[in-house]
Amino acid sequence: MSVLVGHHTRLVVQGMSGAAGAFHAKQMVEYGTKVVAGVTPGKGGSKVEGLEQVAMFDTVGEAVEKVGANTSVVYVPPPFAADAILEAAAAGIGLIIAITEGIPARDMVRVKRVLDSEHPEVILVGPNCPGVITPGQCKVGIMPGYIHKPGGIGVVSRSGTLTYEIVHQLTSMGLGQSTAIGIGGDPVKGTDFIDALAWFADDPGTEAIFMIGEIGGSSEEAAAQFIKDYIDKPVAAFIAGQTAPPGKRMGHAGAIISGGKGAAADKIAALQDAGIAVAPTPAEMAKTLAPLLK
Amino acid sequence: MKIHEYQGKEIFRKYGVAVPFGIPALSVEEALAAVDAVQKQTGSEVVVVKAQIHAGGRGKGGGVKVAKTRADAEAAVKKIFGMQLVTPQTGPEGKKVQRLFIEQGLAIEKEYYLGMLLDRETGRVTVMASSEGGMDIEEVAAAHPEKIIRMAIDPAVGWQDHQSRTLAKRLGMAAGPSRELAKFMTALTRCYDEMDCSMLEINPLVVTKDGKVLALDAKINFDDNGLYRHPEVVELRDPSEEDPQEIEAKKWDLSYIALEGDIGCMVNGAGLAMSTMDIIKYAGGQPANFLDVGGGATTEKVTAAFKIITSDPAVKAIFVNIFGGIMKCDTIANGVIAAVKEVGLKVPLVVRLEGTNVELGKKLLADSGLAITACADMLDGARKVVALAKGGSK
Repeated sequence: MSVLVGHHTRLVVQGMSGAAGAFHAKQMVEYGTKVVAGVTPGKGGSKVEGLEQVAMFDTVGEAVEKVGANTSVVYVPPPFAADAILEAAAAGIGLIIAITEGIPARDMVRVKRVLDSEHPEVILVGPNCPGVITPGQCKVGIMPGYIHKPGGIGVVSRSGTLTYEIVHQLTSMGLGQSTAIGIGGDPVKGTDFIDALAWFADDPGTEAIFMIGEIGGSSEEAAAQFIKDYIDKPVAAFIAGQTAPPGKRMGHAGAIISGGKGAAADKIAALQDAGIAVAPTPAEMAKTLAPLLK
Repeated sequence: MKIHEYQGKEIFRKYGVAVPFGIPALSVEEALAAVDAVQKQTGSEVVVVKAQIHAGGRGKGGGVKVAKTRADAEAAVKKIFGMQLVTPQTGPEGKKVQRLFIEQGLAIEKEYYLGMLLDRETGRVTVMASSEGGMDIEEVAAAHPEKIIRMAIDPAVGWQDHQSRTLAKRLGMAAGPSRELAKFMTALTRCYDEMDCSMLEINPLVVTKDGKVLALDAKINFDDNGLYRHPEVVELRDPSEEDPQEIEAKKWDLSYIALEGDIGCMVNGAGLAMSTMDIIKYAGGQPANFLDVGGGATTEKVTAAFKIITSDPAVKAIFVNIFGGIMKCDTIANGVIAAVKEVGLKVPLVVRLEGTNVELGKKLLADSGLAITACADMLDGARKVVALAKGGSK
């Protein structure tokens, strides 16, 4: 079992003719993901080298109608990415995974407004995230597939490389993953910790959850409360940025301590108060979760 | 990206956001001429001499003076220009004042605070205001959160006049200034939106004795992701306000932040880079920087990153911490080797590689003949680099 993506996923790659889109589309096909279409405006009917078996369309609407795409992944460059997300939603795609890094916050504020009011049923993951993978079934995004292993640990993370770290540590210990979700480091995003935690709580294939947060905002505090109130499965966590100075943007637009809010110490305290085991260093993430497993 | 107050006010003026009359100056001579011009324009001797640095708290540090006469103004200009201005935000070494802004003095009835920023919880830009103007707003927020008024902007329709009326009512403004505030807010919120601002602060916003509403200060931060739409804003960048290594890093599209410690870090991914700083501290050391080379770095980019780290004289040891995903370990290895060939290696280097092509990366480093300390994992690497930094150069 898994959440979001799996054997049922029929993927359309938005921006497939670009360098990043083509490279990752090939990687996803190789992993076994059902990539049914690519979309680049003006490139309908053409072929992308190495992906000749995948139909190219001008619009997402055609990918839905003609080949039954139900999930989209967005590699479109920042100036056009917000439009691409809204196109997918308008075309009836139920799950949109936005990889693009560097989308202006102004654009995402509008995207969120439209999704909330016009397409409340659509799930957006990202932007600025590594994507979602259900090991052994379906990889949507840019993560290295080979480090994953099918199993029962649900992973949700704001950071890309730290997701790879935890997955690698888990796999090395023989612990597979149900699904790993990168929610991304931007201040305005789709899926947040609480959404992912709720899916994992309901997924019979997920036995335990690892959550990776960072400084900035208060999603981790909200997640801690949610876990305390609703989740019976074992949860462990790690928070990055314990030594980050206030007011500095640490690579992710969201990773900034401002006005005394969003510090790592507050997040760690909130998680520990909720009875969640917090790894002291990123080298000990899997080791922190393992003893909690039955 | 940040800009100076006078530049922010120029942008405000373009949008019809009311600001006092003022002239920027880059030297004492220009400043004195500006004093004369402002006095002539307003018909009043009162001017305000304001140091232009990016850090806040300028008034407390003696960087803002109200001058009632020409002689006062001249004394203030000569005192502030070139001074090492220390504010709570500059650090103890302060910041040299190289630009002044000469502004008209106003007869102020009342001061307010006004800020705008993105509220991550709601995903909406939010206006924050308080009748406790001129104060440290963070202190007000901590001690009296009820005194901060928050109003979210619906991106579908923008700021509404009824919000201005409610805001004026809650700030306790009279009818005249209330109408002024509506014009002010419409212009200001449009400016925030169209200019891709990420934060905007007016402290204080004032109502004058004759009922006008003006921005006495202007602190604007821009969303770096939106700068491609505003080449005119990029032009306003003041390199003297930025760390030279940070400027070099920007050229290579590297995310670099200088810190106080002595262990240079090169990492891929923002989260891993942040937690590398954490693990160094955990092992008893202090990171000299945050450096994220990104997911798709080339050998050239890695070389540039390595050179930036080694150009910091405070660095006593270097920790390269890579989890190769899309970024392959051999790319990192080649970049490090090329950089060392070019600039030499004067401090110990600890490398932790994991992920895609890890064996190839390790082999490249081993075959290079460089004196590299290998490590079992991230924590082992952090402990080794901390010990090496404490032992001094090898």
